[in-house]
Amino acid sequence: MSANPALKKPHNSIIEINAQDIATHELNNQLKQAVAAGAKRILLKNVCGQRYIGTDINKPVEIKIEGTPGNDLGSFMNGPYITVHGNAQDGCGNTMNEGEIVVHGHAGDITGLSARGGKIFIREGVGYRAGIHMKEYGDKKPSIVIGGTAQDFCGEYMAGGVMVLLGLNMKDDDYHRARYVGTGMHGGVIYMRGKLEDYQLGREVGIAELDDTDRAILANLVEQFAGHFDVDGQKILTHKFMKLFPLYHRPYGRLYAY
Amino acid sequence: MKTYIPSKFIVERDASRCIQCQVCVNQCSFDVHSYDAIDNEVMADEKNCVGCHRCVVFCPTNALNISKNTLDYRENYNWRPEAIEDILKQAETGGVLLTGMGNDKGYKVYWDHILLNASQVTNPSIDPLREPMELVTYLGRKPDRIEIDPLTHALKNPLPPQVKLDVPVMFSAMSYGAVSLNVQRSLARAASEAGTFWNTGEGGLHSSLYKYGDHTIVQVASGRFGVHSKYLNAGKVVEIKIGQGAKPGIGGHLPGEKVTAEVSLTRMIPVGTDALSPAPQHDIYSIEDLAQLVYAIKEATGYQKLISVKIAAVHNVSAIASGMVRAGADIIVLDGLRGSTGAAPKVIRDNVGIPIEMALAAVDSRLREENIRNQASLVIAGGIRSSGDIAKAIALGADAVYIGTAALIALGCTACQQCHTGKCAWGICTSDLALTKRINPEIGSKRLVNLLRGWAIELKDILGGMGINALESLRGNRLHLRGAGLSDTELKILGIRSVGD
Repeated sequence: MSANPALKKPHNSIIEINAQDIATHELNNQLKQAVAAGAKRILLKNVCGQRYIGTDINKPVEIKIEGTPGNDLGSFMNGPYITVHGNAQDGCGNTMNEGEIVVHGHAGDITGLSARGGKIFIREGVGYRAGIHMKEYGDKKPSIVIGGTAQDFCGEYMAGGVMVLLGLNMKDDDYHRARYVGTGMHGGVIYMRGKLEDYQLGREVGIAELDDTDRAILANLVEQFAGHFDVDGQKILTHKFMKLFPLYHRPYGRLYAY
Repeated sequence: MKTYIPSKFIVERDASRCIQCQVCVNQCSFDVHSYDAIDNEVMADEKNCVGCHRCVVFCPTNALNISKNTLDYRENYNWRPEAIEDILKQAETGGVLLTGMGNDKGYKVYWDHILLNASQVTNPSIDPLREPMELVTYLGRKPDRIEIDPLTHALKNPLPPQVKLDVPVMFSAMSYGAVSLNVQRSLARAASEAGTFWNTGEGGLHSSLYKYGDHTIVQVASGRFGVHSKYLNAGKVVEIKIGQGAKPGIGGHLPGEKVTAEVSLTRMIPVGTDALSPAPQHDIYSIEDLAQLVYAIKEATGYQKLISVKIAAVHNVSAIASGMVRAGADIIVLDGLRGSTGAAPKVIRDNVGIPIEMALAAVDSRLREENIRNQASLVIAGGIRSSGDIAKAIALGADAVYIGTAALIALGCTACQQCHTGKCAWGICTSDLALTKRINPEIGSKRLVNLLRGWAIELKDILGGMGINALESLRGNRLHLRGAGLSDTELKILGIRSVGD
């Protein structure tokens, strides 16, 4: 399902790097050298906690990770397509600009913090403050699709982009457990399945039914999610979703005495 | 609601000199002056006057003067006019009092209680006009020791990246959006000409300013506005902003009115939306997290850039600074109680933080005690007014200083504290295109370069008088300082002796 044209070329050999017992800086150096030497597809094996993978790689290469990458996976990332066969830690996609991160597992806190572009797909749940302060500008529009649920403060200060919470671990009538959802939100949109009590919602957020445009955006992202994780996208789309949107673009306009 | 707050200023117009040319009407951005065509008379609505002097300076016939409104309340030390009027303002609006510039309260300015030394008889002073005198400063992590290859005389191990300052004065972070593009152009050009650095602040880097990269510090703060790999690699230093002296612990709101098309392009947010900078950076809740971001940026820039970390000077500043050095910062920046802002809640600006002189001395001492002072350069900010302040700061242990307000004053700012209104009549702290034209980058950069030149000559004079021929020899040399009118505790923290001792 990857949109990366470089990967469609035949005979694209895979470069393997064994991350066993090597430190963050050394692993990232090897990764950079491999990309500089022209590698388009790289497999990192035995990854165990090494940080910043994909950070300084400004090319649309494919990086497959086996193991558990450390914090700030793809931070400031600008192009790579990362697939993690394992869980991601905190700060996955931090201030990301372009590219894609697919996690076959769950991710930690602040997934996609301040992302301004690119896509993040998490098969299971995420920690606190997912999608916090995501932005968008012009054609740059980040999206995060979370297969499970998120913890408190997801979508906090959200200023742009799309976040989808599929809640695949929930039953249709289940309530989410996250509180302060979208608090301070002043841009972007969250599509979520499942229910929310009023008190769980940030004061700056409204709830609406999806319109045709929303449904098209959601269907597109769900199809991509389904492709990555080999699940039935159409079945997911039969569930009811709600749309969370910012009530104000200037939530704090009346705060001051001039 | 009718306001009970009296005018702060009186506009005095000398009718015998006024030629009704309306320059004042056009120059005033606070709608004080107006022209009545029927009576051919220029009039003033004083309640709006902020005392910025724009009209006075530009009046071609010197017909104008602005004076303090002498209207007095009954004398009362507790209920001074400011306390009364702040309450009135809040009773009339129900909002947080917002203000600009730095803390204007009467807290002790320690620079004014520290005196410099000079040589007499026992060692010769130096005449800087005729003898070599060195102000060059290198910022960056210094290794614990260096080894030189005896054959080639080259260093055995390369030094970590360093940046060179011809004068130990850099321009503080002032973002595009807070100040106008023409102000940033003036700062960038002046920094390039004078061999120092300017700082983008947290508003991204306008495309026309990338060419000044060798003299640019790019800032990464909680809003992460305009931060992408090209930006991170655009300057020589990346500064992580944790806090600001004017508003420690507080985030920022660039109001939607200031987010014009150009500002939105640089910040990469839609036109007209508030640009919210959260109070914390949500990926930094600890020293360990700070280390994580420091190294994320080092990775993102191939270990070619210096990483600076800026905090507001607060109570436990020395312990925090120690942690910052251990987190991998190459430069640590302390912004003191008098540090300025484009907008901050007044209660925070006036009541939170500690004076920079104390913070500097405490941090320098602590880093020396822990034998890590060489691992990071120490830069201070917050109210530096003159080369005298700078010499004292260097002797207390600073490697360099940042100036913000002083630089803006060089451009015309009169410290009228209306930055938060976006109406700056001097065209500095505004994004109104009609006003921003008032700063001409060519003239602006010349004024800034002049200021730095003057200060550099004065610094050399001060050094020469002490019999020192390099700024490096004054750095952390507190024996050249004495305290006047300070308590034993203050002297102890500053690490200086009393005058006469």
